[in-house]
Amino acid sequence: MPLPPGLNKTDFADALRQFEQALGKEWVFSSDEDVNLYRDSYSPFWHETEEPIPSAAVAPDGVDQVQRVLKIANAFRIPVWTISTGKNLGYGGSAPQLSGSVVLDLKRMNRILEVSDKNHYALVEPGVSYFDLYRYIQEKGLRVWIDCPDPGWGSLIGNALERGGGYTPLRDHFDAHCGMEIVLANGDVVRTGMGALPNSKTWQQYKYGFGPHVDGIFSQSNFGVITKMGFWLLPEPEAYFSANVTVPRRDDVHQLVEIFAHLANSKIVDGTTGVIDNTAFGPPDPQRAALRVGGSTRALEDYLKEKDLGYWSLDLPFYGPAKVIQAQWEYAKEKFSTILGVRFRDVDSHRFPLSAADLAKIPNPVPLGVPSLTTFAIGGPRSQGHMWFSPIIPMTGQAVLEAQEVFEKAYRELGSPEGALPGFPVWSFFARAFVIIYFIPIEHDVEKNRKNRAVFRSLVKTAAERGWGEYRTHTAFMGDVMAAYSYNNHALLRLHESIKDTLDPNGILAPGKNGIWPRNMRRRA
Amino acid sequence: MKWALLLLAFLAAPAFAQDDAVRRGQQVYQKWCSPCHAPGASMPGTAALQFHYNGSKPAVLEERTDLTPAMVKGLVRNGVYVMPRFRKTEISDTELDAVAAYLTRKK
Repeated sequence: MPLPPGLNKTDFADALRQFEQALGKEWVFSSDEDVNLYRDSYSPFWHETEEPIPSAAVAPDGVDQVQRVLKIANAFRIPVWTISTGKNLGYGGSAPQLSGSVVLDLKRMNRILEVSDKNHYALVEPGVSYFDLYRYIQEKGLRVWIDCPDPGWGSLIGNALERGGGYTPLRDHFDAHCGMEIVLANGDVVRTGMGALPNSKTWQQYKYGFGPHVDGIFSQSNFGVITKMGFWLLPEPEAYFSANVTVPRRDDVHQLVEIFAHLANSKIVDGTTGVIDNTAFGPPDPQRAALRVGGSTRALEDYLKEKDLGYWSLDLPFYGPAKVIQAQWEYAKEKFSTILGVRFRDVDSHRFPLSAADLAKIPNPVPLGVPSLTTFAIGGPRSQGHMWFSPIIPMTGQAVLEAQEVFEKAYRELGSPEGALPGFPVWSFFARAFVIIYFIPIEHDVEKNRKNRAVFRSLVKTAAERGWGEYRTHTAFMGDVMAAYSYNNHALLRLHESIKDTLDPNGILAPGKNGIWPRNMRRRA
Repeated sequence: MKWALLLLAFLAAPAFAQDDAVRRGQQVYQKWCSPCHAPGASMPGTAALQFHYNGSKPAVLEERTDLTPAMVKGLVRNGVYVMPRFRKTEISDTELDAVAAYLTRKK
């Protein structure tokens, strides 16, 4: 395994001994066999020397041990890459950005410190997964929902810090947090918001506290190690209902999205959904595919009509009291009825709490606040992994059409990567904007991965030329994406770097995370 | 009599220990493996094994009779297809021994 950059074997052995004294020998991993477990299981650099590989991993069990690890790392100038549950698959997994980093594995810090079903919040440590919190709530019989991303083994803290999304009204996970505890590089422990008040009674109930609200700079960054975070939970709703809207013509997307945006921004529809292009989505259909490449828009519209499908499809999720939901759906139908040929269909309806037997019948329970791993079937049974290209685009029909056109053209010009699916839905994971999440496959094939990395980088540039940027990315492309956020000669990155230099002068915390490098490793073209 | 009981306890101890490992293994399996490998077409692990074995072996891991401890441990630590590696902070070596005992128990 590689050594930390700039460290010789003797000094590294000394550092490992000090880590062992701080944490116990059992929780310092330095054998090849153990360190291998921290490599990215979906690495786009399989069998290439560019794959970032850690030098070791350490697993503290509390804040004091995190402080001791950082003190040693500062003394030896060892880069430390923090993971929570280490399941950031598709975005780098548990592997660092920089080879030779020591992984700071917080999985053992897995305490659920508080769950309130009266004011609906939780306080957890980084090692707590969505599965863990869900099981805890079920065991205690609490009537609160968590909001899960698709992979349920992720960390609430890790996912929120990466600004992941789920499905319910609390689907923007960073937005749903309330209060943090941070260990800074110098070992100082900071609590944000009301947590800065000794004996605070409202740490998880009021976000801002007093003075600057600093939480944002600790997301997608390398300015501190987050050791606790509060989250708002959803009171268990009385009911869930989803319904489907289809419209027959390509140009209907403008009105469809405009009405949806109005409903979503009015909180009449308050959950994640996707605008689906039926010409590109669904089971393989050679006739439809041929029409899509060589046929006219009219021919595609006619073909989909024959198949009793709309050109565009949109599911609307509703959470809340059954009577309110019904009224919301009626209102939504009234609005969409201005589109000629629109069709409506009831899809799914549940009352809560669900019995175990009813829950078992639901193929994907994630929109109901129940963690799952069903999403991992996405690449099919031969899949060896994936990464995600995920640009944010405006919530307009024009942007949907433009994004389809631009990205499909880019795929064609670059030679469509095998398995990539340009027909993926346009999602409403976040308020006010859409995100498209394109699947790019990973394989144990050097040439294919090289090609797909080139495709990925090209897509980042293509998006940036249109004014679209990724909301999150794999460690392999963090520099590329940050470089695209270049307004005023990279003023935002320069601000990040100023903060980095102040908070972490030795540059020990996650060098390269989201394109932010410490001063001694900074290199800009 | 006392000696006979002690002898019985001594002889039975490995069997009890094995039962204990199987019980513990089942708990670890439920937590870490069943979200992908439980019965059901929506389970990615079960669906993948159904595809790869096409019915020649059970798609549900708990129903398999051909697994060995080395296979179980190797797959958990190395991953296969879309299944990632599992670290020792997630599944310890002791817990992995127990999962292996559970999946290779006599059925």
